Amino acid sequence: MADLSLNQSASQSNLGKIALRWLLYVLLGIFAVYYLMPLFVMVTTSLKSLEEIRTGSLVALPREVTFDAWKTAWSGACTGIQCEGLRPYFWNSVLLAVPAVFISTLVGALNGYVVAQWRFKGANLIFSLMLFGCFIPFQVVLLPMARLLGMMGIAGTIPGLIFVHVIYGIGFTTLFFRNYYVTIPSELVKAAKVDGANFFRIFWSIFLPLSLPIIVVTVIWQFTQIWNDFLFGVSFSQAGTQPVTVALNNIVNSTTGVKEYNVDMAAAIIAALPTLFVYVVAGKYFIRGLTAGSVKG
Amino acid sequence: MAPILDIKNLYKNYGATEILKDINVAIEPGDFLVLVGPSGCGKSTLLNCIAGLEPITGGSLHIGGKDMTHVSPKDRDIAMVFQSYALYPTMSVAKNITFGMKVRGVDQATQERKLNEVASQLQIEPLLNRRPGQLSGGQRQRVAMGRALVRDPKLFLFDEPLSNLDAKLRVEMRSEIKKLHQTLGASMVYVTHDQIEAMTLATKIVVMKGGVIQQIGTPAEIYNKPANLFVADFMGSPAMNLIPAKVRQNGEGAQIEITREIGEPIVLIDQKANGLPEDVILGLRPEDIAESGFRAGESVQEAECHVDMVEPAGADTYVVSELGGKQITARMHAETSAVPGKSLCFAFDLSKASYFASGSGERLN
Amino acid sequence: MSEWLENHLPKMVLAPSFIAVLVFVYGFIGWTAWVSLTRSKLLPRYEIKGFVQYDKLFDSPRWDTAMNNLFIFGALFIIIAMVLGLLLAIMLDQKIRTEGVIRTIYLYPMALSMIVTGTAWKWILNPGLGIEATVKGWGFENFTFDWVVNPDLAIYTIVLAAVWQSSGFVMALFLAGLRSVDGEIIKAAQVDGIPTWRIYTAIIIPSMAPIFLSAFIVLAHLAIKSFDLVIALTGGGPGYATDLPATYMYAMAFSRGDIGQAAASAMIMMLVVFTIVVPYLYSELRTKNDG
Repeated sequence: MADLSLNQSASQSNLGKIALRWLLYVLLGIFAVYYLMPLFVMVTTSLKSLEEIRTGSLVALPREVTFDAWKTAWSGACTGIQCEGLRPYFWNSVLLAVPAVFISTLVGALNGYVVAQWRFKGANLIFSLMLFGCFIPFQVVLLPMARLLGMMGIAGTIPGLIFVHVIYGIGFTTLFFRNYYVTIPSELVKAAKVDGANFFRIFWSIFLPLSLPIIVVTVIWQFTQIWNDFLFGVSFSQAGTQPVTVALNNIVNSTTGVKEYNVDMAAAIIAALPTLFVYVVAGKYFIRGLTAGSVKG
Repeated sequence: MAPILDIKNLYKNYGATEILKDINVAIEPGDFLVLVGPSGCGKSTLLNCIAGLEPITGGSLHIGGKDMTHVSPKDRDIAMVFQSYALYPTMSVAKNITFGMKVRGVDQATQERKLNEVASQLQIEPLLNRRPGQLSGGQRQRVAMGRALVRDPKLFLFDEPLSNLDAKLRVEMRSEIKKLHQTLGASMVYVTHDQIEAMTLATKIVVMKGGVIQQIGTPAEIYNKPANLFVADFMGSPAMNLIPAKVRQNGEGAQIEITREIGEPIVLIDQKANGLPEDVILGLRPEDIAESGFRAGESVQEAECHVDMVEPAGADTYVVSELGGKQITARMHAETSAVPGKSLCFAFDLSKASYFASGSGERLN
Repeated sequence: MSEWLENHLPKMVLAPSFIAVLVFVYGFIGWTAWVSLTRSKLLPRYEIKGFVQYDKLFDSPRWDTAMNNLFIFGALFIIIAMVLGLLLAIMLDQKIRTEGVIRTIYLYPMALSMIVTGTAWKWILNPGLGIEATVKGWGFENFTFDWVVNPDLAIYTIVLAAVWQSSGFVMALFLAGLRSVDGEIIKAAQVDGIPTWRIYTAIIIPSMAPIFLSAFIVLAHLAIKSFDLVIALTGGGPGYATDLPATYMYAMAFSRGDIGQAAASAMIMMLVVFTIVVPYLYSELRTKNDG
């Protein structure tokens, strides 16, 4: 903080300062409630019985905690015709996210390495063109991609989804690694060249060991983007291969039967758990990824 | 003996810009060549070309008798020490030094032997397991040199290795490098913008400006007989006095007339200055201008000059005056009687005078 | 031979990604643009028929609603998120003891899928069982909060949920920006006796102009993409009341089998993004390449 709390006592009475400070904390508290409330409601609703939901208040704690909704959400909820719960779709998301994150990160690292340290004519132009690709609304590639996946024979499959996520993730991962590698002095590359190392050796022995911070940021960012994606999921998957976000939406918006709000909430939490967990554990790096390249300088 | 480094007609362009123009220089084994010049003169680029880190647009480059014009750096039998040392940050000092050998497939036993040789030579044994981040500037310098030494190359290349050090450390490391050169008898090419480094370390100096070689010579040659105004001004500290003057030849030697703001023009007689044009620039080093009575000899002339400033500097005192519209500095002894505002009798020793053409700046004598 | 390889290896490594971007981004945009100029319905037809699809698009009342919603939602979302984010950032900048915890709380919604966010807020805003019912249960019999099912007000529920999700991010951006202001300038101002609030308005906030721009770009981008949130929260309803260009496009492409319309709407979305992002990217890359 830029030390604004200095020297204020000269112009304000001590009492005024304390009152202002209290007001600040109260305001912060109110906003904390605003942000936490939905999570709170989701959790409590998921632990209540339908009976209690109908008769009780939204914000009340469960009178009787029951995990039935969770069991249903995981293995019994209906996502259309099937009623297998979220479990198979959760697994789909895992099968989809892990390879996609790995591949897009690896490719991004090599691309960033090239753009940052191996200048050649047009490298910047190529980088700009790739960067622009990050900003397009994906609606504009949905139709041709659907056709292409069909022609390639991977329409509606998990490999198809992995393909899509890798292609459209490369722009961001390249950006992250390039911004990071640009800060590594090019004299290191020169020294390694004199030592006899070639392109890949330099990457493996020198850049990669230095890359842990940016790898973490990139992996967290990519995982969050891919796990939370819905558009590609709903456009390019079919009944058995849907990711967890699509399945969640199906459960919540299914028009058959009684609306089981507790199951809906439990399902939502299950779908959110992996990225929430990553955020809680490695939040610092998550924030760094969010602000990478956004803040000038 | 064939030159260890032979550069012929080297040109380097970057796109349409000419960075190096017609560079010709050769050194013998054991030479210490210093490339010196102001920022942007192309000295680092030339070094990178010698190393093979930059491609050459035209001309040829031979190292150890072999044509290396298009050979990649690792096959040129060179080693390089960089300005920022460029030590691999995630590797220990030992691994930094042996990395090159590892890449080339040298066996483990030889790697260890060479590592220990170099470590003891540079006295960095206690540092072998540390990371570069844990070392001081001087220690990193030594590790960088160790990495170069272990290659046993034909040529050592140094790219301004002392620029990142503070003044005291710089002097220390400078003598270490000189000592290393003497013990190893190795051939070295060294880039610096500091002309004192150049003078103390070199056996041969190349002065560069704007991608063009201004002069090649030993430190003594460069110092005493600079080839043009630029070299005269750049090398030596304090700089050589460059005084515009008019010459009158009279058959035997010349009369050098210098106008000034205070007093009549002074006329110096130089019997060895023949064939000079009418307008010249007279170059005299501060140490060739003394107080009257403290310098004697055939070529010593005396004249009264107005003292503008007196700058005591310990063992010497620098006395500043004005001649020919330019500020001149004389190096006098510490007990000089010079006082600002008063005039003093100066003694000009023309035995080492240099004459330059007014227009081109080229040396005339 | 090996030297040629060494020299060209970097280009070869970058090439696959570059080609992929050329094909799958620019090539695909071209394809979509082409189709938007044809009479394609269920299957693409490649005979150019001019701007028929766009005419149909601009005549469609559903599209009008969608574009209107985009601007209402977009403007409100961006403004509220920026103001809230700035407010929170300034508050957090006051040397709060539990800053880390509070920041985590304000930011965690960003880690959630928009489907999860939509689902949660759909439940909270449920007229019969959500906030409305709860407040009624507290005795305020006449309290209504049925915006979700109100065609005129439903779009504002999207704003509510979107702000909840993204304002933490804006706060994080602004907080970083606030802290990057040169401390010496602040100290000079304090020595000059300038009050704290004035220091904020006259010195700190103006120096953060580039960050405001970044935040604006990201938020605008999020707004245009807001497909997931609408699907989960309102499904585009009631009726088409909360349709956005993104949902319109999806409906045309996959439910209605009208690829021509889908392509045209996608191109319009592309155009909107283009006009916002390109000048920004251009200026960013230009200054980064200077020197």
